[in-house]
Amino acid sequence: MAQQIWSVQRGPAAVGLLIAGFLLLFLLVPVAKVIVVAFQDPHTGAFTVINFVDFFGNSLFQESFLNSFYVAAMSVVVASVISMPLAYFTTRFNFGGTVLIQTLGVIPLIMPPFVGAVAMQLLFGANGSINLLLSDHFGFTIPFMEGLNGVILVESIHYFPFILINLSAALGNIDRAMEESAQNLGASGLRLFRRIVLPLAMPGYVAGAALVFIKVFDDLGTPLLLNVNTMLAPQAYLRVSSIGIADPMGYVISVILVAFSLMSLWVSLVALKGKDYATVQKGGGGLMKRDLRPWEKAGCYAVVVFLLALVLSPHIGLLLLSFGTIWSFAVLPDAYTLAHYATVFDTAMRYITNTLLYAGLAALFDVILATAIAYVVWRTDLPGRKWLDYGATAALAVPGVVIGIGYLRTFHSFNVPILDAPLASWWVIIVIAMTIRRLPYALRSCVAAIQQVSVMLEEAAENLGATKARTVWRIVIPLMSGGILAGFVTSFATAAVELSATIMLVARETDAPLAYGIYEFMQSAAGRGPGAALGVIAVLFVGIGTFISHLIIERGRKAHATTGQAAVEV
Amino acid sequence: MTAEKQAQAGVEIEGLNLSFGRTHVLKGVDLTIRQGEFFAFLGPSGSGKSTLLRAIAGFGPQPTGSIRIQGQDVAGLPPWKRDVGMVFQSYALWPHMTVRRNVAFGLEERRLPRDEIRARVDRALDTVGLRDLADRRPSQLSGGQQQRIALARTIVVEPKVLLLDEPLSNLDANLRIQMRREIRDLQRKLGITTIFVTHDQEEANTTSDRMAVLDQGVIQQVGSPMELYDNPANLFVARFLGTANILGGAVARDGGATVFRTAGGAVIPLAQPEAAGKAALFRPQNVAIGRRGQGGDGPRLAGRVDHTEFLGSIIRYGVEVEGAVILVDHPHRKGEELFHPGDAVDLIVDPEGVQVLAG
Repeated sequence: MAQQIWSVQRGPAAVGLLIAGFLLLFLLVPVAKVIVVAFQDPHTGAFTVINFVDFFGNSLFQESFLNSFYVAAMSVVVASVISMPLAYFTTRFNFGGTVLIQTLGVIPLIMPPFVGAVAMQLLFGANGSINLLLSDHFGFTIPFMEGLNGVILVESIHYFPFILINLSAALGNIDRAMEESAQNLGASGLRLFRRIVLPLAMPGYVAGAALVFIKVFDDLGTPLLLNVNTMLAPQAYLRVSSIGIADPMGYVISVILVAFSLMSLWVSLVALKGKDYATVQKGGGGLMKRDLRPWEKAGCYAVVVFLLALVLSPHIGLLLLSFGTIWSFAVLPDAYTLAHYATVFDTAMRYITNTLLYAGLAALFDVILATAIAYVVWRTDLPGRKWLDYGATAALAVPGVVIGIGYLRTFHSFNVPILDAPLASWWVIIVIAMTIRRLPYALRSCVAAIQQVSVMLEEAAENLGATKARTVWRIVIPLMSGGILAGFVTSFATAAVELSATIMLVARETDAPLAYGIYEFMQSAAGRGPGAALGVIAVLFVGIGTFISHLIIERGRKAHATTGQAAVEV
Repeated sequence: MTAEKQAQAGVEIEGLNLSFGRTHVLKGVDLTIRQGEFFAFLGPSGSGKSTLLRAIAGFGPQPTGSIRIQGQDVAGLPPWKRDVGMVFQSYALWPHMTVRRNVAFGLEERRLPRDEIRARVDRALDTVGLRDLADRRPSQLSGGQQQRIALARTIVVEPKVLLLDEPLSNLDANLRIQMRREIRDLQRKLGITTIFVTHDQEEANTTSDRMAVLDQGVIQQVGSPMELYDNPANLFVARFLGTANILGGAVARDGGATVFRTAGGAVIPLAQPEAAGKAALFRPQNVAIGRRGQGGDGPRLAGRVDHTEFLGSIIRYGVEVEGAVILVDHPHRKGEELFHPGDAVDLIVDPEGVQVLAG
């Protein structure tokens, strides 16, 4: 009997071990290596905290640390200021502009912040369009993009959807009866908001805010492109790329980045723990909504349109930059041309083909791994199976910079057999880095898909004589296909614009992907046009990808709604 | 109406109309609920019973007509000024507060002194027997405990009226019976005017002093559970309150007696000579069944057993008589002879149990 069970579980067990090995080698070992090196004396290899003492004793690093913290915290504040009115409008009022607000919540996510950074400089910089207009008409300018301000503006415009989405969901999940029972007991107005609505929405807000904080804290591309180097991630990159992988400071910074990542994850976990405040009951749903008076409606639209313009500004700026001839000390470019796109197709096609290859492979590996993990975790009772899920999800807590440094350090002396070159400088390492970084996204998508497949459907197949493997192949995977496809597209689209890990792993110009190309172009004034054109192409990749995955998910939802009532309830 | 009489009325509703957009949900509701009464709103889903309850509490669209609570017109007041306590179907306990904070909420809103709040919360928790759980969170309580806390949270403010919106629907069957007794006992002890919304007639029968049956936004009948069961005003009430045989036909004279002749030709004796209407109604327990041609005398209906259902304490026979199936409840005693489908039987309908309705 026991042997029979073992034979049934042997396949999944082998797959599980293989995946565990992969995660161990390409996630755990590199991160552990980074941490170990940070605590090692560079010369003797002995355990020491001297590197951290050096780090905190150095005024440049002190400043970088404070700047990173300040920028991340201020980005949370600005992102909250943008999100709160939007979340409030949609959940409190019968507001016709809800579609606009939902659009607002997606647009920023289809463009990586660093891509729009230079365009933002041209719109909001000291000599940018807005300030030129301001000084012409009112005689003053606003330093939107001066130093850290620029990073804060670009990051908060990009990351506010995380707060918007979480806050809206939290508000939307409050059952009307929560509010009604408070009114029934005598509470109203601000007191009602302060005592009932706000505390119930708080966990969602904190979770979103923690995510924004850590994304900004870890971001490498945006400060780099805005030429703000006194922050932690750029410092780590600059130390490793200029001094070399033996310099301990890059590792110390990595450890700090990981520590902050874990801390933010912990904060959001604590915020959400035991507070499943999703109180919506059947028939209930959402807070009480009221109609707007005409002038209130006008006010709401004004706010939404203003924010829409702000959120679209990187896209508009990028588009202008990619079509503009010369754009300097002017509100708009002098003239328009297609030359930049021609340049891209003449000289930079390899960036695009590389990206298609890398991101395509990474997304493929991601969905294969994610499907296998989802199956092992949800459909077998192998001991320790949950750790595959935890392990793969842990990649969320590891900043790209850390993955990059970790891979360089771990694999620089590991020669690929036939190639006879270090793995760390082979293009495949870029694919692996993308795979590890995007695995959590594909995994969530696949887990959601497998949870919607009723176990009974599988039991029916087994009852009719299909083996486990045949059942997986003929029943589980076809039924999961929507989720798998959505996972592929999400992984592909986001891997296509991955910069922070790949920038370190690009050994040769010919191996470089799109994001690296954009970064290279943007370094020189002459390269901005083609860089922007490349950026537009990247945005199209991500935008089309996001749209397709949205379509797939919607179609899946409709199919479930019409065919499988039981599947939806599971 | 004199002031004295008004003071006796717990809740008076007059000409209440309410619409959700174009859907007319409540249509001219008039109702008086006495002070201290346990009153049930009974009806199928969509009948408007919950809407009526929520209108009393001040939730939902603004109705037209008047709602007076102990003589005071509350129709224009917001929910927080009405002083009616409502227990929600979902309990609506706030998950971010402890049990004690939940129960204290209404007293805090009334700005009572801290000591008094503490004492009254303790007393309320004692009343529902859950003082030990004061420091727990709602998520740590069972369904029945949550229900009691929701009750405590409402009664602690000593509202003028207690509104219960399907309070037992989220509980399992055994707990439901226990809770309905507890709610009933609590209501007696506090003497508080209570309105209870339910779609379950057994719940309404066992708890309420009087009840109103609603259908499609209109009150069909008001009275004590037994009055409504025995003398339903119309076919809807008759069907909704338990199983009923309803046969179409007409009142006729048979010699000196008044009878009801069904469409199929069966003749049912009537007790009231002045009966008029097109439908005869009688409950299955008001029909006796016997083997064809055996025992007893008096008018009988010849039929054939169509189907049987064993319900535990009774056996329900479906007997085909002149093209119609009449349900008959026969008490079940161990070892007693049974009838089987196809058996020829005689039915005796108790004339006292037959009521003729307009149909």
